[in-house]
Amino acid sequence: MLELKDICFEREHKKILDHINLILDQKKFYVITGPNGSGKSTLAKIIMGIEKPDSGQIIFNGKDITNLSVDERARLGIGFAFQQPVHFKGITVYDLLKLSVGFDISTEDAFQILNKVGITSRDYLKREVNRSLSGGELKRIEIATVLARNPLVTIFDEPEAGIDLWSFQSLTEVFREIESTSNGITLVISHQERILNIADEIILLEKGKITKIGDRSEMIDTIFHHEIDMEEDNNE
Amino acid sequence: MNEVDKKLLHEIVDDDIEQTEVYNIRKNGTCIGRKSNPYIDIVSKEDGTGIDVYVKENTLFGIVHIPVIITESGLTDVVYNDFHIGKNSNVVIISGCGVHNDHHKNSTHDGIHRFYLEENSKVKYVEKHYGEGKGTGKKILNPVTEIYMKQGSHMTIDTVQIKGVDSAKRKTYAKLEDNSTLVITEKIMTNGTQKAITDFKVKLKGENASTHVTSRSVAIEDSYQEFTSNIIGKTKCYAHVECDAILKDRGRVKAIPEIYAKHVDANLIHEAAIGKIAGEQLMKLMSLGLNEKEAEKAIIEGFLK
Repeated sequence: MLELKDICFEREHKKILDHINLILDQKKFYVITGPNGSGKSTLAKIIMGIEKPDSGQIIFNGKDITNLSVDERARLGIGFAFQQPVHFKGITVYDLLKLSVGFDISTEDAFQILNKVGITSRDYLKREVNRSLSGGELKRIEIATVLARNPLVTIFDEPEAGIDLWSFQSLTEVFREIESTSNGITLVISHQERILNIADEIILLEKGKITKIGDRSEMIDTIFHHEIDMEEDNNE
Repeated sequence: MNEVDKKLLHEIVDDDIEQTEVYNIRKNGTCIGRKSNPYIDIVSKEDGTGIDVYVKENTLFGIVHIPVIITESGLTDVVYNDFHIGKNSNVVIISGCGVHNDHHKNSTHDGIHRFYLEENSKVKYVEKHYGEGKGTGKKILNPVTEIYMKQGSHMTIDTVQIKGVDSAKRKTYAKLEDNSTLVITEKIMTNGTQKAITDFKVKLKGENASTHVTSRSVAIEDSYQEFTSNIIGKTKCYAHVECDAILKDRGRVKAIPEIYAKHVDANLIHEAAIGKIAGEQLMKLMSLGLNEKEAEKAIIEGFLK
């Protein structure tokens, strides 16, 4: 179980996250959605430790992790797929998967991990993780590095960002698979209806506050049939 | 050969050298072992300044090892090695210098290598430099490589200098004729107060000649590196120079690009990027459970791989 207690985060006199309280349960697939600038990505980064909250606590399986670093949280079982996958010079997809798992794995094992994200050619293992790969390919590899660790909490920060619609449609299948097989907590930041349709629960964040949480059917109705200004223009 | 010699040799030659087909071992300025075969001949220069390696025409494949080891402190070893690569032949040449200096005097090795590639020949040249020893005497290497490439020839050069060389001045000069290709990859890591200076000059004289130069370097602590590349395109030709450097601590790197197109169809590109390890790279690896030091090591190892 992951619990956020009264998390506040303010930058340049602007409340990005305003007293966030949230409990996430095992085996559930959550989607956080909301207008641009509502604080979604910041919330995800605070859970991973990339950003530190000004106040509040994060409790993971009974342990206060608020002051733990990113790598300490990773070793406790929290994984994070970045919105913009990072490029590396000289590091191949195979190298990165080995670093993800934390020990030497065979090329076959690495290939099996790539398979989970819909990459079906072994040639990718030798490719460098750089801009010679397309946005969609980099995104899949990013997700693979996170899945390779079998995390207890998996956070995906806007998986749809930076990839074309066609790539995203096929990526949705990866999330369906995660939803049906994961025993941990899955948390996806997304605007996409396709992703919302997979969620067990949807969390609506507006102006740094959680304005509604509920199961998928009820929330989709709220989001798509009521007036929510999805273009609220704050800086996230 | 004693244990120090063997260890030095092992740093620059992976295999057991005496089991290899063709080799010449030079220790403290003198040849201590040599083997030729019917296709590749190694001959001492008459004036004793070095060797000539002759590769016969149409040699399908051969590997030549020419390591140099220096264990005598205070020695300045200058050697001229010339490689004559016959038409249509294909060889791998592995050279390098291992210096062990336990004393206070400087040990210097200046290796001048000249390559003459005949038509359609192919050479892969690998150069490894390594220095060790507890003394305060400096380990200094000044390799000079000259390359003359005839029509259709192809050469790749891999240079690695990872540890322990206090000062290196590397000069490479190449002249390429029609349809010839030169690919150079250089990897250097310096630390302490080490200095590494690299100077490439490539003249693309022939039509469709091309070159690709990649330099990846890491400058740690108070070390200094300088990378100069000077590419001249005289006709329809292609060149791509890429210089990437990672800085740590107080390391300094200077890149001086010079590309000179003397023909409307010369296509010359130079890219250079110098900076510390990107924060997002560290963050990504830390999110995979590596601590900051481990993440940094993985990034540098990958970069220099």
